[in-house]
Amino acid sequence: MANKEEVKLVSVPSPNLIPERDVNSSPILEVSHLGIDFGGLTAVEDFNMAIGRTEIGGLIGPNGAGKTTIFNLLTKVYQPTRGTIMLDGLDTANMNTIQVNKAGIARTFQNIRLFDKLTVEENVKIGLHNQMGYSAATGVFRLPKYWKTEKAMHEKALELLSIFNMQDMANFAAGSLPYGAQRRLEIVRALATNPKLLLLDEPAAGMNPSETAELMENIRKIRDEFKIAILLIEHDMNLVMGICEAIAVLNFGKVIAKGTPTQIQNNPAVIEAYLGKQAQEELKKEV
Amino acid sequence: MKKMINKSTVTSFINYGIVIALFAVFQTLSATGNLSRQLTGLLIPICAYVIMALALNLVVGISGELSLGHAGFMSVGAFSGVITAAALQNSVTNDVARFVIAVVVAALIAAIAGLIIGIPVLRLRGDYLAIVTLAFGEIIKNVLTCLYIGVDSKGLHISAVSEEALGLEATGKAIVKGPMGAVGIMKISTFISGIILVLIALFVIQNLINSRTGRAIKAIRDNRIAAEACGLNVVKYKLIAFVTSAAIAGSAGALYAMNYSSITPKKFDFNTSILVLVFVVLGGIGNLTGSIIAAIVLVALPELLREFSDYRMLVYAVVLILVMIISNNQKTRAFIGKIFGVFKKKKEGEDN
Repeated sequence: MANKEEVKLVSVPSPNLIPERDVNSSPILEVSHLGIDFGGLTAVEDFNMAIGRTEIGGLIGPNGAGKTTIFNLLTKVYQPTRGTIMLDGLDTANMNTIQVNKAGIARTFQNIRLFDKLTVEENVKIGLHNQMGYSAATGVFRLPKYWKTEKAMHEKALELLSIFNMQDMANFAAGSLPYGAQRRLEIVRALATNPKLLLLDEPAAGMNPSETAELMENIRKIRDEFKIAILLIEHDMNLVMGICEAIAVLNFGKVIAKGTPTQIQNNPAVIEAYLGKQAQEELKKEV
Repeated sequence: MKKMINKSTVTSFINYGIVIALFAVFQTLSATGNLSRQLTGLLIPICAYVIMALALNLVVGISGELSLGHAGFMSVGAFSGVITAAALQNSVTNDVARFVIAVVVAALIAAIAGLIIGIPVLRLRGDYLAIVTLAFGEIIKNVLTCLYIGVDSKGLHISAVSEEALGLEATGKAIVKGPMGAVGIMKISTFISGIILVLIALFVIQNLINSRTGRAIKAIRDNRIAAEACGLNVVKYKLIAFVTSAAIAGSAGALYAMNYSSITPKKFDFNTSILVLVFVVLGGIGNLTGSIIAAIVLVALPELLREFSDYRMLVYAVVLILVMIISNNQKTRAFIGKIFGVFKKKKEGEDN
């Protein structure tokens, strides 16, 4: 944590904060007054967030706070009850999951969703599906374009796999990989769809400390190399505080705090949400 | 270049090899007169059922949707093929050319039927497809049962009332006579044409599976939500698999029908759909080689067991159960794997 320089956050027109270096370009994602009700239950009430073009954002909160629901709203797995989502200046109101992906949001899942019976390489090629194409007939009759595109896809897939040093696993079935490798493969597959914004749902879940440290390095590397914004949900505070530049804390479907890691760590509302009121008072007494 | 030859390519060529080898064996047997009359009569139906099994495997094994109405597509293909062949009898005198046109028309019309059924149904999830395709198969059967079609110099006549209502000229001919089905069919299917159709079906299905489109179809089968998150158009790819399968089933129907002098709609009922599903399940879901072998064995078996007369179906059932047990048993699988493992090692040794 200590070796990380804290990024200064600045306000943008919508009531949000983004890193100062991104202030000259419009935010990649602007979410305002987003909410969803499931029957009488309000899962997300009034969620506002802006993400800068090269920001690594974090979304934290206790279990059941609505973090994954927000990811599902952003990717249109659920249609929001109210509010707007602007992706790179484009309103996603009438889009479905597929169109949102084509517009530039890729995601991973909390409970890993790989194509188990396909190989690692094929999983990545599915990510490349909309980038490099040929028709079904070209595939059946094996026209020259088939060989050319498949070769290009193969090379691109190996190149992407090399981010996590997974080239050697290319021909294994995705379902047979160890847990950590499956999580990494999901990230590679999401990256292959050429996103502007990458959503990672608990990328470090089930990883040991050394794997987590490696993952942190790789997330930063991905941001630097691909010049994309990343928003992640995570319970591992070392990871969140270590790489996120801006953090939003969610509790009961509402944002209770926003800011840099230091600001969040010292925010009384956050401590209350995580530890309860009593613990907070005891903490104060000690100080 | 050696790296380009991967596992799927090898499997594809093994399948082509099996079909061609079987063709050679049966052709030699029948040429030397060592094939019983019943079995000779079964050669074309076997080809048709192999094609059906391959087509259904594309939907059940590769696309992961259960279709219980594939006999419906077979029936659409059978009747449209027969009608086309009869209508062209005077204009196209060459049997082979007429057969080819009939099969192509049959495949096209079956594809259209697949599209009409697939568009509404493939938007649904779960078991709906199985139920609706089952209903579709029955609907097709019942519609064909009350359909009368005839041909004369003025072209095709269609009626849903009776043969007289067709108003055919004296020289005209009724092709489809309601419950009696199609009659007076010219038997223009041959064993060679059947084998060629099997090879074409294999070519289309295997190349489709091992392309970008097939990859998308398999990805959707494995995880629909992740496929959508990767930007795959789920309905489109399910539809491609379904319509391709329907077209291939239609061509199988045409091949089958033009082997008999008459054929009734009742032939393509629910039992036929289930029979084809048995081939697919027994051969291994998603395993094309298995489908081919299962279809051949299970179509030929009842004939080979004819000597047991009354006990025939009993033995048939026992064989089915035994194959299921053996092919799903870990130990037997390991044993078979060992045999192939030795074989592979030998090959690798030779390479060095």
